[in-house]
Amino acid sequence: MGLLPLFVAIPLFSALVLGFIEHKKWIIHTLVMLTTSALVILAFATPLQRGFYFVGGYHPFVGITLMLDPLNRLLLIVVQILVFVASWYSIGYMEKYTAKSKYFSFVFLMLAGMNGIVITADFFNLYVYMEIATIASYALVAYGGKAHELEASFKYLVLGSISSLFILLGIALIYSQTAALNMMLVAQRLDVTNPITWLIITVFAAGFGLKSALFPFHSWLPDAHSSAPAPVSAILSGVLIKVVGIYVLLRFFFNIIGIDQAPLTLIAWLGALSSLVGVLLAMGQHDFKRLLACHSVSQVGYIFIGIGLGTPLGLIGALLHIVNHSAFKSLLFLSAGSVEHATGERNFHSMGGLAKVMPWTNAASFIGFTSIGGVPPLNGFWSKLILIIACVASGHWILGLIIVIVAIMTLTLFPKIQKYVFLGDLPSKFQKVKESPWSMIFPMLILCFFCITLGALIVVPVLRETYFLPAVQALLSGKWLGVFQSAP
Amino acid sequence: MIYALCIVLFLLGLYGVLVKKNLIKIIISLAMMNNAINLFFILLAYRKNGVVPILSFLQPNANLYETAVDPLPQALVLTSVVIGLGVTALMVALAIRLYYVYGTFDITKMRKLRG
Repeated sequence: MGLLPLFVAIPLFSALVLGFIEHKKWIIHTLVMLTTSALVILAFATPLQRGFYFVGGYHPFVGITLMLDPLNRLLLIVVQILVFVASWYSIGYMEKYTAKSKYFSFVFLMLAGMNGIVITADFFNLYVYMEIATIASYALVAYGGKAHELEASFKYLVLGSISSLFILLGIALIYSQTAALNMMLVAQRLDVTNPITWLIITVFAAGFGLKSALFPFHSWLPDAHSSAPAPVSAILSGVLIKVVGIYVLLRFFFNIIGIDQAPLTLIAWLGALSSLVGVLLAMGQHDFKRLLACHSVSQVGYIFIGIGLGTPLGLIGALLHIVNHSAFKSLLFLSAGSVEHATGERNFHSMGGLAKVMPWTNAASFIGFTSIGGVPPLNGFWSKLILIIACVASGHWILGLIIVIVAIMTLTLFPKIQKYVFLGDLPSKFQKVKESPWSMIFPMLILCFFCITLGALIVVPVLRETYFLPAVQALLSGKWLGVFQSAP
Repeated sequence: MIYALCIVLFLLGLYGVLVKKNLIKIIISLAMMNNAINLFFILLAYRKNGVVPILSFLQPNANLYETAVDPLPQALVLTSVVIGLGVTALMVALAIRLYYVYGTFDITKMRKLRG
């Protein structure tokens, strides 16, 4: 378990070093690639069983505890791989921006924050890591410095701070009830029959719902995620909203509160509404990246439907959709960024015929579109299928119907964009457009590979037993009781 | 009772964020919300006639555990204040850049993003 603090320490150290290097491009690139690939290897090297690391060697009731179990191992692997891919892509993409080293510094701060959220088992530590990750993301959204980017960043910053303060209020209430911040201890001491506990649940659901853009709180997401540079959009949509919002809510509901069905049903319905609203918003967009960002709202809605069902099958679907969505939505953001990099244009009505000049980007976005639309052998199909089956099996056939409707709308939405952007005649102003550099195409191909093969995570028994079912089991095992036996 | 006043302060800040049109007033309202929660945290640790929670060898206090105020929330609030400072600084920086671009602090005049 000595590996655990490294997931925070390595990116923090790299962020510090990158802050001092200004002009030596090759040092920056080598450092970025070394750090991210080392973290990917570390994530796979973590053990499969649940384990703890006590910071400073203090007793878990006094000090900060870090925890690793199959659920956060799965998320750690997803986060490291996605940040690796996005940083590799940034090396080519960020050429047109200034201060590249500062950009990578922010990305690594965000990575350190996300890793910290995933591995921590202490509420206040969670808050600190959450603030590190989100403050870095506010800065990255404003990175271009143009008017709309600053505006999106300010909007995101105000709503993000409100949600953080709600979460801090929840933590204060938890401390007032249990006199503990360690999650295992809170799970033992929190009394579910107390009305204050329901206040805590409400405050946390509002705070983390705002962070993950659940239906009534979704308005900031399309602005923030479409204004950031493309690789940052990929990280934000791909992992940040899931780690900061959904993962913590999952832990809180299932492992700390041991929640019963009534509030979960409410969450499932909010998820259904957000999937409908997201896809309807996406249909009205003309901007490639903004459309993808709106569509993220609908996919987050799917995940919340799966969580809200509360059945094992629903949780399997939700977790699988977390992994799948981070693969295909990042792939689409990266290909949208590649198109923007080559043409300088984001409105897809004024494009066309780019397949002739950008064959690789065309192939990548085709795979992304078929995957997000749910065409059978690709990964999007499996998670949607499991979610629909889970809805029907638990008797919520209306929710299942909503998933089917949204899936059909998605399936009709994306071929349209493929046609507008890549097919048809090439406009004369784009005759000289060149394919993006290889440092941007290789990362997209890696994500294409994941989009094609991630279905195996649920189909192939070995992968399912090693990576996936233990993660669901960790949630379904209920409240953390009696993890640490002795009182201080 | 005094806890309820903290929540009132928090809600006042929330009202300011949602209603005010001026960027600076929004920033001030957010700082108010942050301070309301910090105050709440500090009040949780308060104990009437409590003593300073320091273990001293010169003046040993046998029933320190029963009489001392809880030191942990104070440590947490220090961290929270620093985080609030960072967020406020970033917000002010963004507000200055927005003022350079638009020439106003009025959010209703900033209309590059729609839908």
